[in-house]
Amino acid sequence: MSSRARVLVLAVVTVVAIALSTAYALSERQKIERIGQTDPTVDLADPGELLDGPRIVFRHTGIDNSYGLVAMVPLDDPGGARSFTDVACDRVAAWSGGASCLATVRGVATTFEAREVDADWQIRQVHPLPGVPSRTRLSDDGRLVATTSFVTGHSYMSTGFSTSTVVRETGGGESWGDLEEFTLIIDGDEERPVDRNVWGVTFEDDDEHFYATVGTGGRTWLVRGDLANRTLTSVAQGAECPAISPDGTRLAFKVDLEPGQDKVWGLAVLDLASGERSTLAAGPRGVDDQVAWLDDDTLLYGLPREDEPGVTDVWSVGTESGAEPTLLVEQAWSPTVVR
Amino acid sequence: VYLSLSDRPHGSARSKEDRAARPPVGRVVLTLGMVSLLTDVSSESVSAILPLYLTQVVGLSVLAYGFVDGLYQGVSALVRIGGGWVADRTDHPKWVALLGYGASAVARVFLLFASSAPSIAAVVAADRVGKGVRTAPRDAMIASATPTEDLGRAFGTHRMLDTLGAAIGPVIAFGILYLLPGSYSTVMVVSLAFAVVGVVLLALMAPDQRLRRSPRSDGPTPPPFRLSDLTDRRLRPLLVVAGGLGLLTVGDGFLYLALLEHGSFSVTWFPMLYVGTNVAYLVLAVPVGRVADRVGRARVLVLGHVALAGAYLCATIVTTAWASTLATLLLLGTFYAATDGVIAALASRLVPTQARTSGIAVAQTVVAVSRMAASFAFGFGWLVLGPRVALLVVAGLLIAAVLVAAGQVRRLDADMARS
Repeated sequence: MSSRARVLVLAVVTVVAIALSTAYALSERQKIERIGQTDPTVDLADPGELLDGPRIVFRHTGIDNSYGLVAMVPLDDPGGARSFTDVACDRVAAWSGGASCLATVRGVATTFEAREVDADWQIRQVHPLPGVPSRTRLSDDGRLVATTSFVTGHSYMSTGFSTSTVVRETGGGESWGDLEEFTLIIDGDEERPVDRNVWGVTFEDDDEHFYATVGTGGRTWLVRGDLANRTLTSVAQGAECPAISPDGTRLAFKVDLEPGQDKVWGLAVLDLASGERSTLAAGPRGVDDQVAWLDDDTLLYGLPREDEPGVTDVWSVGTESGAEPTLLVEQAWSPTVVR
Repeated sequence: VYLSLSDRPHGSARSKEDRAARPPVGRVVLTLGMVSLLTDVSSESVSAILPLYLTQVVGLSVLAYGFVDGLYQGVSALVRIGGGWVADRTDHPKWVALLGYGASAVARVFLLFASSAPSIAAVVAADRVGKGVRTAPRDAMIASATPTEDLGRAFGTHRMLDTLGAAIGPVIAFGILYLLPGSYSTVMVVSLAFAVVGVVLLALMAPDQRLRRSPRSDGPTPPPFRLSDLTDRRLRPLLVVAGGLGLLTVGDGFLYLALLEHGSFSVTWFPMLYVGTNVAYLVLAVPVGRVADRVGRARVLVLGHVALAGAYLCATIVTTAWASTLATLLLLGTFYAATDGVIAALASRLVPTQARTSGIAVAQTVVAVSRMAASFAFGFGWLVLGPRVALLVVAGLLIAAVLVAAGQVRRLDADMARS
């Protein structure tokens, strides 16, 4: 090829590349505008109608003009009409007096925030997060909040995978800082692994203790945390993102069903008194979520739809042997039950 | 006025001391620099949004991705040596480099259709393997297209363009998401476009250099490459010096954490530290490369580690937070400018011509592996001694190592000048 032909080919390829990506971007913009004009396909209740009374609070994930907004349905009619707030969250946890909302702040330098909102969904407190939101939980009385985020969310990932989990009092009170700083006790011995990560907190109702996951050296431990003594003590191995049952007697968490190369996440339940663990064999596969308890015998979790990127559903499954999952709230994610 | 004008060394184009009169950086170097810029825009724009995409669209935790990414960093180091070996055996570094860039571009196509954790991990793997394959052949092409006395400047120019691409990529990605909220696929399409133009630019505009049949080399054609060429006595001190100093080069992440412990800025600014270091690097790459051409590359390589020791000290003992941060980032940028391209420049001339790509690959792998070991070991020191003491200890050891390494500088630079 002559050098002139080469320049010509290069120019043509460049122009075509620019033209095609511009055309794609324009079609995406039209799609976004179309979505902006699309109302949710689910039944709507009036805003504020469900602010009192037992309810399930979640992130709405229908591809429509309300995508990402927090919504709620009555606890006794989860498939019924939902009422929307105007608060957008990636993860949300609620109690009767407000909610913890982890949000992405878009911009040329995208940042992340942990927001505390009050009962009227007004933002009261904002704390910066070091990366993509992962989990948040409140204590039953709303006094304590835990947030987990990744310390990534940007390029230059040379530091590798890391999480940051912080526990603080809501309303701008005391903060216990990053749980990685807590003393870690594994099988009775204090350990100081360099690569430790803590994620997925669930609070006991005494506001002093909690459960969480500690990961180090490719293994994970279920730990019980003590805020006053600043300790994390191992309880079991291979259990992630625990959630304590409303009566405080059982923990539900993710487990790897087929240990080996690829993780296949399933759910299991640990009886705290007897230490007996039961895996939900007929339960879901591929759950990458911190579950919530619908009642003392039923779990809630989010699952992405395989054929619709970005759309998720909230499913429920009983903890008894052989229980099979049922769809509870469609187009929903990150559920909490407010009793 | 007249006197000062006449003092100007006009007409001294042959003088090596007159930098302004040097011929501009070669077309091959600029072409490869542009290829790297386009490819880095492509890869960094996607990796900037991948964690968001995984968590918000695919609905996975980033956990799996983080582990996968670490694994492939290691794979990349091994593949790099393989790429160097094939390039030398076939004596077609361009085709091996093209294969590497091509693999990353093809990975971008599959990314558009990948929607599960394993498929995305496979795409990331292909990208890493491509990066491992292409690095050494590309550096060998730069080295072969440049006279020895200009190597520092040539590599500096390439690294400047490369780093510029890495800085632009995330800005483009987040700019797209700002204008088109949630449209991750647009970022991927744009990334693919950059990758394709980069590959086509390389295929069409870079010459198919035959290292063994370079018209530049007088005398007999070098023999075919054999593995024993890598045991060259001139290369060994470089591997020892670069590997030894690498063992005291802890990851940037630790320095940023130390700065964070000053408590001077919010964690949300953490990513900006990477950007700051990159800006310092891209500004300094060419000037430091020129200095290396003048005073000796091995000397600059070793002195670059003094800058690194300075960064350790700044991050620990300077008490004014903003001054400490700025000085640390500037020194880190200096360190990269004085080492990354300079090591490739040195390695390219310390092995026989027919082993050039493998020589560069081996030197880069030694550095990468020793730095990984350093970060791992330092993590323990960090916990046992605390950040401050640990960094001071490493700084002290590094300065001692620099003094030892200084003994090898003269020999390395002399071997290089003779080549």
